[in-house]
Amino acid sequence: MSDAAMTKQAGMDVAIQIIGMHKWYGDFHVLKDINLTVERGERIVVCGPSGSGKSTMIRCINRLEEHQQGQIIVDGIELTNDVKKIDEIRREVGMVFQHFNLFPHLTVLKNCTLAPIWVRKTPKKEAEATAMKFLERVKIPEQAMKYPGQLSGGQQQRVAIARSLCMNPRIMLFDEPTSALDPEMISEVLDTMISLAEEGMTMICVTHEMGFAKTVADRVIFMDAGEIIEQAPPAEFFENPQSDRTKLFLSQILHNA
Amino acid sequence: MAIVKTERHPDLPPPTSQTGVIGWMRENLFSSPLNIVLTLVAGYVSWVALSSLISYAFIDANFAGTTREDCTGSGACWVFIKMRFGQIMYGFYPEEERWRVDVGYVLVAIGLFFVLSDVVKDKKWPAIYLFGFVPVACYILFSGGYFGLEHVETAQWGGLFLTLVLASVSIFVSLPLGIVLALGRRSSMPVVRMICVGFIEFVRGVPLITVLFMASVMLPLFLPEGVNFDKLVRALVGMSLFASAYMAEVVRGGLQAIPKGQMEAAKSLGLGYWQAMGFIILPQALKISIPSIVNTFIGLFKDTTLVLIIGLLDLLSIVKSGTTDKEWIGMAQEGYIFVAAVFFVFCFGMSRYSIWLENKLHTGHKR
Repeated sequence: MSDAAMTKQAGMDVAIQIIGMHKWYGDFHVLKDINLTVERGERIVVCGPSGSGKSTMIRCINRLEEHQQGQIIVDGIELTNDVKKIDEIRREVGMVFQHFNLFPHLTVLKNCTLAPIWVRKTPKKEAEATAMKFLERVKIPEQAMKYPGQLSGGQQQRVAIARSLCMNPRIMLFDEPTSALDPEMISEVLDTMISLAEEGMTMICVTHEMGFAKTVADRVIFMDAGEIIEQAPPAEFFENPQSDRTKLFLSQILHNA
Repeated sequence: MAIVKTERHPDLPPPTSQTGVIGWMRENLFSSPLNIVLTLVAGYVSWVALSSLISYAFIDANFAGTTREDCTGSGACWVFIKMRFGQIMYGFYPEEERWRVDVGYVLVAIGLFFVLSDVVKDKKWPAIYLFGFVPVACYILFSGGYFGLEHVETAQWGGLFLTLVLASVSIFVSLPLGIVLALGRRSSMPVVRMICVGFIEFVRGVPLITVLFMASVMLPLFLPEGVNFDKLVRALVGMSLFASAYMAEVVRGGLQAIPKGQMEAAKSLGLGYWQAMGFIILPQALKISIPSIVNTFIGLFKDTTLVLIIGLLDLLSIVKSGTTDKEWIGMAQEGYIFVAAVFFVFCFGMSRYSIWLENKLHTGHKR
């Protein structure tokens, strides 16, 4: 608890704090004693073998998954069963999914304006202007009137990023944003994410793109079997991994790269 | 050796044997000796059947005259339908009041046109008109008792008019109620879920005839003395609840087909449960359920004929009772063909509309 007290004093600089968090799926212990503090403006890359609980962990941050023990404090608000607090946190935390999850029955523009209009009560005109601004930032304003099904994977993922940004989130979560993309489309999505990082967005990104981790991350977190095994700045993490599991993982993925 | 193309190959049209009428016929009708034989046999059979039907119903049929003695031709005697047309359309609704039914039809038709067609983009006002104003206006028009309109007992309602009232009320009630039941069945609240599952399984477990019997015969036994609902209202409640249970299962199928990611994306944007359902999940779920929803509607439309057994005179029963009239004995064939044709027109219309709607709502994400 002394950790929590300290961060309260540190005040506004902490964006996310996870303290002693555990999660089970039925009898299966997926997340074990997760402790993580993310400062405002920090860019964190989470990596690890599949099934290690990376996605589950970041999905706990906006309550798409429920944790059973420990504390998650986002933006000073503790996640509990209180629906109002959950909604409050979800408004501030954007999320980008592996499979984009765009709304296929709405145009790109409506995908981007729906939540601002109905959740933030932004006037329609203003929401559309904001949406166009972000669609320009992800370099696809000309697709605004199309439906998601008419776009390529890379374009869809960029729309998904724009859609999240339209809510003006203070924190962005990326759940393997490039894993479902064809190789030639990965860089366009990564470029968007890099430019976002350069603007100082607080980001937690689950990814296997080690190049991205090296260029952008302030810290790399390695997870295995539901635990955070190691965390270090990228240079140190890649040059001088401490644990055997990290070494094994790095040798496996860098061998292919 | 390396092959390097220096110029791009232009796009060419496909060979003519693959396209157009000839290509289609070659592929679908005459692709093998067996297919050629089958095509010829099927063609012959349908020509025989159709030509005799056409000569019976049109060429040799009798249209002129007022009694069965006027039917001298060998074909159908449509004079029967013509003479009883008023009754077939309106039942025993007083003749001088039938304009009220027609006005109701026009009101509904205007509403349906604007809600279902593509003419207006914003469906807010047409929907308010059709689902808010029209039901009240039709109730006042049909039943009377207000604004100097003479009260017409529902016992006098009949024919196609009654069929349409039964079908449209149960359709309009069953869709929203079915959606609510389907959402309830997937709810995380155990009590809500149990109530919905219980209702759906109970209603689906009994035949519609039983429900109608219950509504018309049993219900009055349970109600206190003096409390009595109109027989038509009881039939309407029975049919609507019955149809809702089926609709709930259809909608549930649609809901289950929507990937979990859609709800997650909606939640992660901060949308609440009802917003996510209303804007994201239901529009997609209902869209993919259109064929099954319309299928249920069509089934329901035809099931309205079962009200015959509780003594309501819908289109089928009024024609049937017409054929027992001693003036017109032996006219059952004409009567039933006419009823079948009327039902076909409505059901086929619904079917075509659903296909048009599916195409319109297609946004290119499903191949």
